[in-house]
Amino acid sequence: MVCERCQEREAEVHLTTIENDEMATVHLCSSCAGQEGIALTSAPAPLADFLATIGTSVEDTSEGATSEPCPYCGTTSADFRRSGRLGCPECYAHFEGQLRGLLRRVHGSTQHVGKLYLGEATEADDRYVKLRSLRLRLDRAVELEDFEAAAELRDQINVLEAAER
Amino acid sequence: MSGGNGMGVPTPTVDDRGTSWLDGSGQDHEIVLSTRVRLARNLQGYTFALRADADDRHSVLDQVRHALEASADLDNGVLWEMSDLEAVERRILHERHVVSRELIGPDEGPAPVGTALALGASGPCGVMINEEDHLRIQSLHNGMELEAAWKQVSELDEALGGRLPYAFHHEFGFLTCCPTNVGTGLRASVLVHLPGLVLTKEINKVLQGIAQVGLTYRGLYGEGSEVVGNFFQISNQTTLGKSEMDLVDHLREISVQVVEYEKRARSVLLREAPSVLEDKVWRAYGILRHARSLSFDEMMNLLSGVRLGLTLKLLRTPRVRTLNEIMIFAQSAHLERRAERTLDEGDADVYRASFVRERLSAEGEATSSPSEPRPEADNSA
Repeated sequence: MVCERCQEREAEVHLTTIENDEMATVHLCSSCAGQEGIALTSAPAPLADFLATIGTSVEDTSEGATSEPCPYCGTTSADFRRSGRLGCPECYAHFEGQLRGLLRRVHGSTQHVGKLYLGEATEADDRYVKLRSLRLRLDRAVELEDFEAAAELRDQINVLEAAER
Repeated sequence: MSGGNGMGVPTPTVDDRGTSWLDGSGQDHEIVLSTRVRLARNLQGYTFALRADADDRHSVLDQVRHALEASADLDNGVLWEMSDLEAVERRILHERHVVSRELIGPDEGPAPVGTALALGASGPCGVMINEEDHLRIQSLHNGMELEAAWKQVSELDEALGGRLPYAFHHEFGFLTCCPTNVGTGLRASVLVHLPGLVLTKEINKVLQGIAQVGLTYRGLYGEGSEVVGNFFQISNQTTLGKSEMDLVDHLREISVQVVEYEKRARSVLLREAPSVLEDKVWRAYGILRHARSLSFDEMMNLLSGVRLGLTLKLLRTPRVRTLNEIMIFAQSAHLERRAERTLDEGDADVYRASFVRERLSAEGEATSSPSEPRPEADNSA
């Protein structure tokens, strides 16, 4: 079916409306639909936005950015930029510097607060749990502008983080 | 666990597996077609599936198979390697929404190496293996059933996590091939039918609202797919920084509101344009009942009209379950298996129309509901 407006491109948007009790369907190509102010019926892929942010972040030589490929799987940051996919779990450690900024932009956070992986119960786990809870409390304190509590939490986090290294 | 592998079993068929979610049993099932929750998980010590060679993919598959066999959660279930299934059977699974396009590969040509689906005997829970991530643990329910779906997925995840070395990072959480899934690895979605909002042109406002509260929407078959038959899939956009329960609760709160808006839009339509609506519903039913050729998209739009008529009680039959089944079983791979031959597009349209006529006539002639609102009686409403 050809677009009713431009009579050129294939109609992709089929919009049925009721006006004055009359049912009418218009068939438009995506470009004309956009000009008519009809939003396309598929949301922009989150990945597209995501990749757009990668483009800018890798080019600036932000802190921790690396041009070396991942030592485990050989994925380069160019591969990642192109596909939006990482090669292996180790990539997260290897590209950590770049990823942290991206994750913040995509998810609004870098800190997992969901289920813990119970399978790998080690003594370090205790520290993870404590650190995570402290970081959450810190976020909340900052949100509430309770800077005294925030400073105290920050000190506790520093101590635990130092022990981790 | 059984499968077509090494058992001397002939090529397995998928039978009616993966169709329990069509039964019209869930909450708000007239508007909410389905609820899906999935968790993405990967194993330590391997590259992600997209980058893995055949040996690694098979090794991952073996590990997951053993973990599944040791877990009671998918008791009496099946595990199908996609390469053991005929192409038409793989497409049937995709048409039932239980596997992704990535798992089965293109229609022509072999299935991707080492991809597999584990599916419970009767339950809606399953695992896609060697898709983009090593494991995609999922549960698919009829209606709005987010809690039930989440609980099932979470239990299977814990059972498997006790036997498999998941890739987990103390800060980033569960590691996934695509960073848009990292953290919880959770994607929860509801597939909702919103003809009222489309007809009253409120839909864009609602979709914009959805985006503003951190959710996203897609078409019938998930990411990148088109909206067909007024079905919209609403899901969480982010996976990191919130707990699984928070993500699921948030989606539920917003979805309940969307369903509420849809109901309101329908009552506006019924009040403002009852005769137009009634005509639309009955025309849709009439065409489905008598057409000799139906494309999938046309059928979906007509089914949308009939579904709307049912929920507004303009029609008393067919049942919602029948409409659900037609939606799924009148797709090309299902039709081809029924016809026992490949169908080109024209053949498929003719065959589809015949199938739809058969299913609808089995329900008897549709009748108007006695409570059907008459235009003249409606002025007082």
